[in-house]
Amino acid sequence: MNYITISNNQTIPISDIPEINYDTFFDTNTSFIYDNVERHCVNYYGYQFNNRIKLICCIADDNTHEIFVSSCLVHQTDKLSSFTAKLFCFEKFEREIHENFGIDYVDHPWLKPLRYAHNRFDKSKQNANYQFYSIDSDELHEVGVGPIHAGIIEPGHFRFICNGEQILHLEIQLGYQHRGIEQYFLEKKNLLQRATIAENIAGDTVVGHTTAFSHIWESLCGFKAHRDIQFARTLALELERVAVHTGDLSAVCTDIAYQLGSSVFGRLRTPIINYFQEWSGNRLAKGLIRPGRNQFPFSKLLGERLKEVFDKFEPDFTEMNEELFSLPSALSRFERTGVVSFDDVSKIGTVGMSARMSGVNRDIRVSHLYCLYPELNHEPIIKHHGDVYSRVQIRKHEVWQSIKHIRNLLNSIPEEISADSTLNKPKPNSFTLSLVEGWRGEICHCAITDVNGDLLHYKVKDPSFHNWLALALAVRNNEISDFPVCNKSFNLSYCGHDL
Amino acid sequence: MLSIILILIAAFFFTGVIIRTKSIASGRKGPGIFQPIKDVVRLFKKGAVYSETTSFIFQIAPTIYLASVVMAMLVVPFGNSKGIISFNGDFIFFAYVLALGKFFSIISAMDTGSSFEGMGASREALYSMFAEPAFFVLMGSLALLTGHTSFQEIFQDLHLGSYISYALTTLATFVLVMIAMIENSRMPIDDPKTHLELTMVHEVMILDNSGFDLGLILTTGYLKFAIYGALIVNLFIGSFDYQYAIPIFFTIQFMMAVSIGLIESFMARFRMNHNAQFIVVLTSVSLLIFFGVLLMLGKFI
Repeated sequence: MNYITISNNQTIPISDIPEINYDTFFDTNTSFIYDNVERHCVNYYGYQFNNRIKLICCIADDNTHEIFVSSCLVHQTDKLSSFTAKLFCFEKFEREIHENFGIDYVDHPWLKPLRYAHNRFDKSKQNANYQFYSIDSDELHEVGVGPIHAGIIEPGHFRFICNGEQILHLEIQLGYQHRGIEQYFLEKKNLLQRATIAENIAGDTVVGHTTAFSHIWESLCGFKAHRDIQFARTLALELERVAVHTGDLSAVCTDIAYQLGSSVFGRLRTPIINYFQEWSGNRLAKGLIRPGRNQFPFSKLLGERLKEVFDKFEPDFTEMNEELFSLPSALSRFERTGVVSFDDVSKIGTVGMSARMSGVNRDIRVSHLYCLYPELNHEPIIKHHGDVYSRVQIRKHEVWQSIKHIRNLLNSIPEEISADSTLNKPKPNSFTLSLVEGWRGEICHCAITDVNGDLLHYKVKDPSFHNWLALALAVRNNEISDFPVCNKSFNLSYCGHDL
Repeated sequence: MLSIILILIAAFFFTGVIIRTKSIASGRKGPGIFQPIKDVVRLFKKGAVYSETTSFIFQIAPTIYLASVVMAMLVVPFGNSKGIISFNGDFIFFAYVLALGKFFSIISAMDTGSSFEGMGASREALYSMFAEPAFFVLMGSLALLTGHTSFQEIFQDLHLGSYISYALTTLATFVLVMIAMIENSRMPIDDPKTHLELTMVHEVMILDNSGFDLGLILTTGYLKFAIYGALIVNLFIGSFDYQYAIPIFFTIQFMMAVSIGLIESFMARFRMNHNAQFIVVLTSVSLLIFFGVLLMLGKFI
């Protein structure tokens, strides 16, 4: 066997992952994905292993609910043929491996540094001295935006090549937000510290990332989360989705200069995040999810309060959507703006909302079940045009859907199970992978433990990692003045990418 | 003389009323209506910071911009009272003295060498260019109708006429309001509130201006709005007495500010490439007025 098949949140001994030579590794993994839309790469990374570099590739199959893991040992000096030349979805992963370990790919189309990690191989490469892709033309012009922006957003540089108002090419330069998250996971030995780090991977996906980390840790410790813990996590994940999607609808309205939508959706987001405050003491749900513990048990009283919040929220939300989607000036800004085709989306392997907007059925809540999702009978919302309109529509429908799921959950609030909450020590020499569908898309965390059961390597992949490229493709041939609304309709994370 | 005083007073509250309308429409209390004036006063107390890449053009442009608008203000009449300057063909002077100011604000934006400002300048130039024929066809038709070529005489004679002249006045009001929106960079052409450089038109051109210069540019903007308001008022007041004309002036200015506030609250900005189409449509509305005039004068075969 060239690979091992695991399921979501399963811990396996690291020695169970077959180690194959690079050529077989290449063939195995590319043939998994080639011509199979339902399969995509959830993580592909390397780590130092006895003076060599061990590459681990994890391919998820959405239909069979399986994840295929294979590994390969290479030397830093090896000249490798790149996966990217055959399948474009590996582009980011190989750039990351190249950046971290200096491995040279002979036929990678563009080995541009990814995020300028602190522990990168070639420290002479810096964000400050990066040579952008440029054109030599008297008619085209370049526009650079950022990394410091006019609004309160994170740092990132966008370099446009335009023909008048039309964008021909967009290069997105990230890495300004790099904090060395993965390294912190190894340095900080305390579980609370680690959970706090997971919370801060991306400030808008607190629940998503913390849930992924908790799943990893509980799986490593052999802890089976009780129903009340799973309930709280499922509820928080859906509530986070409602809050962020509503906020994004507001932001999209701001970008098309539709003041009514901007202020009404902005107001509607507030009661949802305030509810998090009521439940957990933090509006962004920091501190709510902890491995092996039900930090803030969900009571019947809280359930009643949440129903009240939704009873007020839903009519206003529905009315505002009717207004927005019947406003000609707004529709003319949404429709056919920032289109990413089905082919492009499946080629670059986007995840979550950015896949569902173009007709790719990719949703971890269905394909790799966790928490209470098996009981919710979730059906992904799929749109087909891949434009801003589709993305806004998905947000609208997912908010309704999440509220429906939460109302279902509230029908049977489990009692708090005050079981012994001490976790065992993590299993030594193990590998775990956890997939969680955050509001933006699939979050993937991978952990490897050493002989003492301590973390040897921790890998985080935010959905933005795949999806930034979709934005760059979306704005091509669009007007440069439509970039902000395209960008906002994706609402990708800078820090989630930069780690 | 009277028109100048009225325009100055209108300029004091016009932008404030727009902002207040928008805040009330979005459920906020909003700033007081004199906040824009307070902002300008604050800016006038500050010095300006100049980028090292700019030349003297960048420094003189705001002053010329203000001067051009003040010059334009001088020819605007008010009912029976002429503007300070009034001569045959003064509406052409009006349009081109404003264009001169705009030219300087465009080259000062280019002077900074910023890619944003160049983009904003090109958009503003394009929109002004498209708006120009609408204004001239409109004023030309009115001149043809009345047989005069100065603002005051045209407006004074305009109210005389049949029902068709009311129809023409309505169309003329529409054209002038829309030209005012374009020239002052308001919705649905431009979004003055946005923080996104890439979608701005006018705002992006003044990104590098600061302190006193920014104060000048903002003041100019307020004045410009009041001037266009005054032109529209003139379409209606004809030769009313002052005790009626002056309240009508303020009512119309106030209504215009409120309706701009409402438009900005309840619709989205146009897609940039629809703007040019929209502005060209104004010219065809002006042509409609032109044919209406020909019809009235019996010159239409």
